Amino acid sequence: MAVQAPPKAERRVAPWPVSFYGTDVGKKVVMALTGLIGFGYVLAHMLGNLKIYLGESSLNHYGEWLREIGVPALPRGGFLWIGRAVLVVALILHVHAAWSLARTSRAARPSDYTKQDYVVANFASRTMRWGGVIVLLFIVYHLLDLTGGQANPDFVRGDVYGNVVASFERWPVAIFYIVANLALGLHLYHGLWSLFQSLGWSHNRFDPMRRSFAGVFAFVVTAGNISFPLAVMTGIVG
Amino acid sequence: MNLKLRVWRQAGIDAPGRLVDYRVEGVTEDMSFLETLDLLNESLIMSDDPDGPISFDHDCREGICGQCGVMIDGIAHGPQRATTTCQLHMRHYRDGDTILVEPWRSAAFPVVRDLVVDRGAFDRIIASGGYISVATGSAPEANLTPVPRPVSDESFTAAACIGCGACVAACPNGAAQLFTAAKLTHLNVLPQGQPERYERTRAMVDAMEAEGFGNCTNHGECEAVCPKEIPLGTIAKLNRDYIRASLRAPAKT
Ligand code: SF4
Ligand code: FES
Repeated sequence: MAVQAPPKAERRVAPWPVSFYGTDVGKKVVMALTGLIGFGYVLAHMLGNLKIYLGESSLNHYGEWLREIGVPALPRGGFLWIGRAVLVVALILHVHAAWSLARTSRAARPSDYTKQDYVVANFASRTMRWGGVIVLLFIVYHLLDLTGGQANPDFVRGDVYGNVVASFERWPVAIFYIVANLALGLHLYHGLWSLFQSLGWSHNRFDPMRRSFAGVFAFVVTAGNISFPLAVMTGIVG
Repeated sequence: MNLKLRVWRQAGIDAPGRLVDYRVEGVTEDMSFLETLDLLNESLIMSDDPDGPISFDHDCREGICGQCGVMIDGIAHGPQRATTTCQLHMRHYRDGDTILVEPWRSAAFPVVRDLVVDRGAFDRIIASGGYISVATGSAPEANLTPVPRPVSDESFTAAACIGCGACVAACPNGAAQLFTAAKLTHLNVLPQGQPERYERTRAMVDAMEAEGFGNCTNHGECEAVCPKEIPLGTIAKLNRDYIRASLRAPAKT
């Protein structure tokens, strides 16, 4: 075309993934893909933990089995560490993209209206950023509590069931888990349907279903996760 | 009816602005919002008010030129959906109401004076690729390029965008995705738009980002205030074509 290339085009000397990430639309795509990884993980994590209702040995066996996946092709625990590496990279990219996009957006709206009435923006869409921060802090705590054990005085390596029960018997911890998972649920709801937009998946026929899809999955994950502290607090598990 | 208007006054692009209260008398319910501003301006001219009449953009006054948008009580183009400011009628208001009127606020749309903003950023996005390159001459035979009805509908839905900027004004992120997506989709789905489809997408999205607009987080405010009801899904089409465009090697020039 006869029109001058815009200044941003000069950045395209960088290899494709880097230059693509350099654009705002590219960052949204990365957020969608890493969000999808995160969603797949929290869904699997919740489903696996349902074994807590089958009893102590079932959950602990499941934990053991996770370490055995891929053996002997992989060393013991290898699958787990690969998974962790993927999740950490995804999380870092997700947070970095969010932070950088939010900065641009803030600069795009330097002065506020005296009054602005939101017509359709909802609680979920408006709490993505702060909700995301809560979820991030929760992840850190959760790892220290139930993976590493540093935040859990009764932590016994390998005794998944006992650790969960010991953790949720401290009611402030249980409440924190519930609140954080509600934040995660809202984040998942808005994120899950938004990723269709960011990845360019739109069709007049299925567009109205995107929100219901997101709602159902966010609800399932949240309900499952919240059931664990509730079960311990009410003595169903323990 | 008599109304109180609280209007943003700003003498120039770098001047500080402030809200000023005015009383407008004798508004009738079949006046349009702009006619109400006209009425107020007549009295401001007669009363040699130091600020003078209120500047606002307008042209067609029939909802097709996209000039007239302002924030009315915190909603772009006012309370009635799918309606431009010029097509908003005063029957929505009651005697004694106070109405707050502010200009669009976005880093990319500087306030020029009072309610007038500079939407040149939109023009530059269009100039970067919002056209097709064809040799001009006599009009081609109309049935030479068949376009299936659903495709022409899709294009037409997007082509209805009048470039008013309400989408940017209403967006908490100050994003221009809906506008750019409409202008892209309008051409990108038609056979005539295919040869330059991905170059166009790349050029227009890059131009949009270079203008300092924010990023879409799918609040949906743009779709809700758009006087032409451009669907939010149009933004997904922008993303889809941009992803494809970025996967292709840029055309040699
Ligand atoms: S998309 Fe709608 S709100 Fe945005 S500029 Fe076009 S007509 Fe106006
Ligand atoms: S004056 Fe033309 S759209 Fe309102």
